[in-house]
Amino acid sequence: MLSIDNVSKSFMGVRALRGVSFVGAADEILGLIGPNGAGKSTLVNAISGVLKPDSGSIRLGDVDLTGRGPEFAARQGVGRTFQNLRLFPSLTVRQNVEVGLITCRRHRPEVARSIDIDALLDRFGLAADAGRPAGTLPYGQQRRLELARAEALGAKLLLLDEPAAGMNDYETAALADQLRAIRRRSRCALLVIDHDLHFIMSVCDRICVLDMGEVVAIGTPELIRANPKVAEIYLGAAEAAPHQKNIREERQWN
Amino acid sequence: MDYAIQQGLNALAFGSEYALIALGLALVYSIMNLMNFAHGEIIACAGYSMYLAILIGIGSPWLVAPIAIAAGALVAVLFERIAFRPVRHAPTTTGLLTALGVSIVVQNLLTLLISPRPRAVPVFSELSRTIFIGPYAISLLQLLELAVVALAIGGLVLFLKHSTLGLAIRAATREFSTVRLMGIRANRVIATAFALSGLLAGIAAIFIIARRGSIDPTFGFQPVIKAFIACVIGGFGSLGGAVLGGMLLGFLDVAIIVLLPQEYGGLRDAIAYSIIAGLLVWRPEGLLTRRIELGDKEI
Repeated sequence: MLSIDNVSKSFMGVRALRGVSFVGAADEILGLIGPNGAGKSTLVNAISGVLKPDSGSIRLGDVDLTGRGPEFAARQGVGRTFQNLRLFPSLTVRQNVEVGLITCRRHRPEVARSIDIDALLDRFGLAADAGRPAGTLPYGQQRRLELARAEALGAKLLLLDEPAAGMNDYETAALADQLRAIRRRSRCALLVIDHDLHFIMSVCDRICVLDMGEVVAIGTPELIRANPKVAEIYLGAAEAAPHQKNIREERQWN
Repeated sequence: MDYAIQQGLNALAFGSEYALIALGLALVYSIMNLMNFAHGEIIACAGYSMYLAILIGIGSPWLVAPIAIAAGALVAVLFERIAFRPVRHAPTTTGLLTALGVSIVVQNLLTLLISPRPRAVPVFSELSRTIFIGPYAISLLQLLELAVVALAIGGLVLFLKHSTLGLAIRAATREFSTVRLMGIRANRVIATAFALSGLLAGIAAIFIIARRGSIDPTFGFQPVIKAFIACVIGGFGSLGGAVLGGMLLGFLDVAIIVLLPQEYGGLRDAIAYSIIAGLLVWRPEGLLTRRIELGDKEI
């Protein structure tokens, strides 16, 4: 279970996170949305140990992750994918996944034993390219490889930063299925950032909305969809006439 | 023909020595973006470890050689722990200045604590004898150097390709921060890279000592400059490029010595560096680094 308690972070006087608190269940797919500059990536960086919060605490189960660094977070079972792909381009597809398994083998061998690299590559449609350098794969396959590598971490919590970026509708639908399958297989929680609200609404159990570094709303997709504050943040609805607002909301959500 | 073979062997021996040192530089650079100019002092310390071993009565080359290799690895790891780790997150220029600082401090310490004058290290004098293979008279040192360098590079390649830590190092050469997010300890990966570069420096020290027979505090400086040039030729960050650059530089050095009339001997380095400059105009990113299309960003 992920527990974020009153986390704040400032950069040179700019408050990127202001007392963010929420709790995620152990096998939940939680969406994290908000406009640009809302603090989503800062929060993900804090959870994965890249940034040390100024105050507050981040816990995964009983373990305090706050400011312990990325290696510690990963060893505790925090996996991550990136907005801009960060594969190891000169390593083969298989070796990329093996790098993901190194830590799991050392720190949680019982989990590592249950991960079969060949089966994993097969599930992500990468088995035929196992010996190919990752940098030579088409973009969509590179995205899938990053997911496969993240699953190989045997993570308890996967942080996915814009996994649907650059994908068409068909690929996004397939990605949603893959995320549900990862949750089912690994029994892990997923925290998904994305700007594609239709994708987020379709795949997430709950959604947390950030704006100006604060949690504006958290709840099921239906509750978030109906929340006027969220609509205001996304659509500038304060200035919009009610009938226009409804139309624009429809366009946005559907 | 004999002469050509002999010069070819000379070139291979020089080239493999440059390649060995360049590989150590490239290994550290590819992970940390650090141009470790203190690598020469790792070679010097490995050399002085042999001198000290002889002083305390260890005279067998079979014991002195492993001592030098171990000393190279140990000093490299110490440099990393004491000097480079604190500036790991600083800009690249800070690392470069730190390396230069370490180099100067160690050279001065060796001057103060041991001697500014060359000290004889005659432990490998046996290697300078000539052996005959068929009609060819070949220096034992050169043969051994070629064999050991080939083994060292082969061993390094095997380690990098087939061990877990090697896989982590190869991953870290391209995406260091991502490797940390996979839970792999940055300190362990970097310390291993330094230890490997120190091992290679220790091996290089043995062959330089075997050729020169003496050591002084600036012992490692010139070889590292050559190795730096080898890295530039091959393409910085490319391990294969470091080996290729070292070999090319060895052949270039020997070719110039052989072909240049004796009265122009003073122009040797100038000619070598002019050829390298021409090479870099043709391929500014080095021979084995992929050419990057800068497009509009060039402006």
